[in-house]
Amino acid sequence: MKLFTSLLLSAALLTSSSLSWAEDQYVPLLSYRVGPYGSNGISFFGAMIDYMTLVNMNGGVNGVKLTWEECETEYNPSRGVECYERLKGKAAIVEPLSTGIAYGILDRVSKDKVPMTTLGYGRSDAANGKVFPYVFPLVSSYWSQAAAMVVYLGEKAGGMDKLKGKKIVHLYHDSAYGKEPLPVLEAEAAKWGFDLVKIPITPPGNEQQSQWLQVRQANPDYVIMWTFGVMSAVGLKTAQRNGFPRDKILGVWWAGSEEDTEPAGEAAKGFQTMSFTTPGEFPVLDDIRSKVYKNGKGALKELDRVGNVMYMRGIVASVLMVEAMRNAQAKYGKGKVLNGEQMRWGLENLNVDRARQKELGVEDMFPPVKTSCNDHEGSGAVKVVQWDGKQWVAISKNWLSGDKALVRKLLEDSSAAYAKEKGITPACMK
Amino acid sequence: MLYREAGQFKSTYAADGQIFPIRQDRIAIALLLTLAFVLMPLLATPYLLSAILIPFLILSLAALGQNILTGYAGQLSLGSAAFMAVGAFCSYNFVARVPDMPILGAFILGGLCAAAVGIVFGLPSLRVRGFYLAASTLATQFFVVWALTKIRWFSNYSSSGVITAQDIKIFGYGFDTPPAKYLLVLAIVCVLALIAKNLVRSNIGRCWMAVRDMDVAAEVIGIRLMHTKLLAFAVSSFYCGVAGALYAYAYLGTVEPEAYSLDLSFRILFMVIIGGLGSVLGSFLGAAFIVLLPIVLNYLAHILQISTAVASNLELMVFGALIIFFLIVEPHGLARLWQIAKEKLRLWPFPH
Repeated sequence: MKLFTSLLLSAALLTSSSLSWAEDQYVPLLSYRVGPYGSNGISFFGAMIDYMTLVNMNGGVNGVKLTWEECETEYNPSRGVECYERLKGKAAIVEPLSTGIAYGILDRVSKDKVPMTTLGYGRSDAANGKVFPYVFPLVSSYWSQAAAMVVYLGEKAGGMDKLKGKKIVHLYHDSAYGKEPLPVLEAEAAKWGFDLVKIPITPPGNEQQSQWLQVRQANPDYVIMWTFGVMSAVGLKTAQRNGFPRDKILGVWWAGSEEDTEPAGEAAKGFQTMSFTTPGEFPVLDDIRSKVYKNGKGALKELDRVGNVMYMRGIVASVLMVEAMRNAQAKYGKGKVLNGEQMRWGLENLNVDRARQKELGVEDMFPPVKTSCNDHEGSGAVKVVQWDGKQWVAISKNWLSGDKALVRKLLEDSSAAYAKEKGITPACMK
Repeated sequence: MLYREAGQFKSTYAADGQIFPIRQDRIAIALLLTLAFVLMPLLATPYLLSAILIPFLILSLAALGQNILTGYAGQLSLGSAAFMAVGAFCSYNFVARVPDMPILGAFILGGLCAAAVGIVFGLPSLRVRGFYLAASTLATQFFVVWALTKIRWFSNYSSSGVITAQDIKIFGYGFDTPPAKYLLVLAIVCVLALIAKNLVRSNIGRCWMAVRDMDVAAEVIGIRLMHTKLLAFAVSSFYCGVAGALYAYAYLGTVEPEAYSLDLSFRILFMVIIGGLGSVLGSFLGAAFIVLLPIVLNYLAHILQISTAVASNLELMVFGALIIFFLIVEPHGLARLWQIAKEKLRLWPFPH
């Protein structure tokens, strides 16, 4: 035990002595390349690295070079906490892409003043920046997604009032993740008068015969598939085996990547999911291919990962991160390295509209994002995408938003309960 | 040469029965405790304390609980993470619902709740043994995690079933810095480890070992099987429950029931197997192996400048190879290796 302690002590001393990059903006990457979700992590963090490489090639952020360091988390919360603690010293922002890790460092980020972005996962009520000043569920949270799903299903039914008397099954991953949208769906069910049937699937969900039999029995008009990992592909296959029509199924965005549909083969063709990114080609991807990969600086070995759904999400995360840096530099001094508090200001005052997106080569890749102290989410809009058997295509032209007032009320209540438990006085930070 | 007990005479029963009969061991443990209690909080970086030593100590405590059940009483269980979850969620509810609940009291009550759950799920041990028992304790794992996600009262009606541990305050002093949290965890672990060590040397521990070695024979010589087995489940679950509460309060902060998954149960079981079944020291060594070794490997990869893509995979391979290596060299675990080393040292430099 003593040997271990001394080894670790020396290791800890080593990290604290390597603080030599004074002029570079440092980004810690809590990445995962192995473990059950390794494939997702490779694309997402690969995209972040590729985008940061591209920014550096174009002269950095007002001349500030971006540097980064990876730490393997294996999607495991305790490894993630260790990585965060190891790398936080020089960090001004962190994006873990894991609910478990995000929860594990939620208290720590506000103590350490390191803002954390959680794109499309994590606590929905963190959108209230008065209670969670250092957490940014940017673009769209689970609650906004659930509300948008109801709007889309209403459109499909031919008007929101047509939802009355309809039956919608919420087929979900039986965990905090799958239960997160329940308050929104329940409130929407009460508002529009549709019947909500909840059917849980125990993770990992590689056997779903009984659940789909229950779905058949309920004979719903629509099924919301709130699944993750292997559960999504198995769900699609089982639905097909049970003869449940695919066009009645609407998936969550974590069921909507190539990793989910490709294993399901034919059964996935025509599958629709929500998405906070638009699939397709964008100038930024061409830039990455022609500048980064042509010069052998790409982070990924397989070039066909460039442009897949997880890759796009990584691009969105890093575009918003770099925009927040530019934003904060405009206030705190151009060409200066930012600290966590300055970065937090940058994230809280983001305004990436369509015109700005066009300048960045990501026009319409994600909805316009405008954050404020009250709204750390910045948008809440989503698109519906469909798998055509080979790739994802957007089937809704415009960005959809659900009932914002309803979501707002839920998140006010939920964040107020959190503030009370933790003894936080809700207030905007300067 | 230095490590020799010649000349150390025991003149009283108390001296003969002490935990560390050899003077050198007592000096070493005193030094270790000074290091842990005084030097570490003063010198160690917050990273070392809050990301490495705190989880190491907490998982050592859980491994100790598992070791009492599996190593001493011979009941194979796969439910330790579930007992940890019970401890964490019960402590949370006691603090949230009982006004002016002292936090240490909540930890103890959380442990007692886990013990109660442990007794209930220990009942099958009266009928089934070995691998069959392991399979039946799997039920604990699934039931507890299911109940905690299903019944929203447990998470105080949080929309997603996540709990946020309250701040730790004892007599008005807030344990919110890494050194303070570390000292609290260390103190609790030391006290519980001392109790465990004495428990296994006592009448109760001997009953457990008798049951482990052959329960029919143990029954014949007058040991009450039900009482002994259920007590082992209760004590073991208590330890796991306290560890689970510390895991939520002193380490993660915000916890979802998924954090106490089957995966964690397996990790704790492997800690005990690699560290050494039936050894208090083994629990700590095993936890060190499982918790710290991957991190050390990760650092080595960084120092050797191996690219992250290769390092992530390499780390798992080396870790797996080391597990196999240690189990082949000494199937009885690291604690047994330590014991052999000590015996060799006593004869050194003149082995016969």
